[in-house]
Amino acid sequence: MTLLTILFDGVAYGMLLFVLACGLAVTLGLMNFVNLAHGAFAMAGGYACAILVNRAGLPFFAALPIAFVVSAAIGAVLERSLYRHLYTRSHLDQVLFTIGLVFMSVTAMDYFMGSAQTFIHLPDYLQGQINLFGLGVGRYRLMIIVICGLLTIALQMILSKTRFGSRLRAAVDDPRAASGLGINVPQVFALTFAFGCGLAGMGGALGAEILGLDPYFPLKFMIYFLIVVTVGGSSSITGPFLASLLLGIGDVAGKYYVPKLGAFVIYTMMIVILIWRPNGLFGRTAAR
Amino acid sequence: MTTNSTTHPEVGQFAMARAQWRWPEVVFWLAAAGCILLFPNRYLILTEIAWLALFALSLDLILGYAGIVSLGHAAFFGFGGYAAGLLALHGIVTEPVIALVVAGLAAMALGFVTSFLVMRGSDLTRLMVTLGIALLLRELANRFSNITGGSDGLQGIEMAPILGQFSFDIFGKVGFIYCLCVLFVLFLLARRIVHSPFGLSLRAIRNNPLRASAIGIPVNRRLIAIYTIAAFYAGVAGALSTQTTALASLDGFAFDRSADLMLVLIIGGTGYLYGGLIGAVIFKLLQELFSTLTPQYWQFWIGAVLVVIVLIGRDRMHRWALFLPRLIASKFGRAKTPVVAPEGEAP
Repeated sequence: MTLLTILFDGVAYGMLLFVLACGLAVTLGLMNFVNLAHGAFAMAGGYACAILVNRAGLPFFAALPIAFVVSAAIGAVLERSLYRHLYTRSHLDQVLFTIGLVFMSVTAMDYFMGSAQTFIHLPDYLQGQINLFGLGVGRYRLMIIVICGLLTIALQMILSKTRFGSRLRAAVDDPRAASGLGINVPQVFALTFAFGCGLAGMGGALGAEILGLDPYFPLKFMIYFLIVVTVGGSSSITGPFLASLLLGIGDVAGKYYVPKLGAFVIYTMMIVILIWRPNGLFGRTAAR
Repeated sequence: MTTNSTTHPEVGQFAMARAQWRWPEVVFWLAAAGCILLFPNRYLILTEIAWLALFALSLDLILGYAGIVSLGHAAFFGFGGYAAGLLALHGIVTEPVIALVVAGLAAMALGFVTSFLVMRGSDLTRLMVTLGIALLLRELANRFSNITGGSDGLQGIEMAPILGQFSFDIFGKVGFIYCLCVLFVLFLLARRIVHSPFGLSLRAIRNNPLRASAIGIPVNRRLIAIYTIAAFYAGVAGALSTQTTALASLDGFAFDRSADLMLVLIIGGTGYLYGGLIGAVIFKLLQELFSTLTPQYWQFWIGAVLVVIVLIGRDRMHRWALFLPRLIASKFGRAKTPVVAPEGEAP
């Protein structure tokens, strides 16, 4: 494994984390809502994709958008029915509520799907390696980089060019002033929440191969999503994006160079960064 | 303790009146002692309730009294547990009570060091940092498996008799009495702490840190002090669990443990000392109930309980729970129940 391969794998991993976590960044930035259950939506998408591909025999690329829709729908329903009651509550209440949701989703998945790791049957053209400029890269990881890269660009375009994007940015910057200007902040938020959950679901489906998919997914990766958001700051999506890349590369490199320490590197990095800059590396203001 | 309480005599009298023992408290502890005779074949779960109650008491000290949110309180529990296990395993300190204090002090030292990290930033940063510390310790314990036994945990711990007199029996009777005594002693200490001027200043900080610092309370120093004390309590709870089960494992550091602990405290109510104790009893009973109903999936119902509690609202739930006691108390002409005002209100 060369430095370039580590970099490549790290970037693929980081991009995946970004797609998984960017919904969380918006939730936190917009409504100041600590959603520890974000991983549950990713898991839902992953399992939806696995069922569609493995049992119904759908092609992988057809199942990805469906995974998105399934997670987004679950997210929208939960947002309208449960989450919206908790926006004004304390962080402690939000944390307790979402931990409860995590426990429920973990055991429910365990009940329905079994506790073993689930694999998604990949088409042949996504397996193995190809030679890219003299560098052997995994096709699957290349696909992840391409898809996630396109998604990131699309997200950035939506945020900066469309009317909805400017509404969202206004609402993140100052919800009160935004609603004073006639922006329907709860609606913007509900849409964004559902969209973020959808992205997480798609990320879960894409990441099943790399991250592994089992009922404990929400617990295992909760800390990673939180690192992305807290380190990246929640005021833009550039921050979380850079933080995800940093985390992805750091994790892959850490596991390769100092395998004995494992996840130790990541946790230490997070604590140090949070001590140094409590609002995140790229955050502008304190979480309101 | 520094004397920075106001000089108004009424304020002092009010604070002292609140610190007096009332009959429901006496009844509570008599009932706890009565369990020794009443349930002779349930000592194991009673023991678990006792150390869980101590652990919850520890979280209550920082969450309920000082307003520090923590998702990683299991760090100190696990640390204390391993410390007690290692002390007994290598025969460094064989006498359980001294080992308990040493383990508590070790956790306390850890608490003191990490408190500086926790003081910074907002609630969210605190949640992350505490969670990170617990995960970090778990990772360390996993890596240094030559010391900690890795994922198998510390096994083959043999405990010497308590104070050289009472050896642990197979039914767990001595273990339970031991845990109960430790719980009671530490509860008395906690009671003394929260009713002291120091404890009152903590509540002032919880209600409004800015105002507290404006009236001359050294906010950070007080928070560091209570965090360190709470770490001692959690370490003792972990050590008790190791001593009574003769096992210390990576589970001690797990996120689930911190999350369950939150639930224990939320069921019982934050901001008064009996919250953790009552919560531990209810939590263990619920857990027993759920695991007999659905052995593999009890965690689902624990999660459901959390969601429902938050949706109902913690304050409202405690008002309902207190309805009957208040009614009885008013019938007997006693205006006040021993239960302190809910979180967020000025005491």
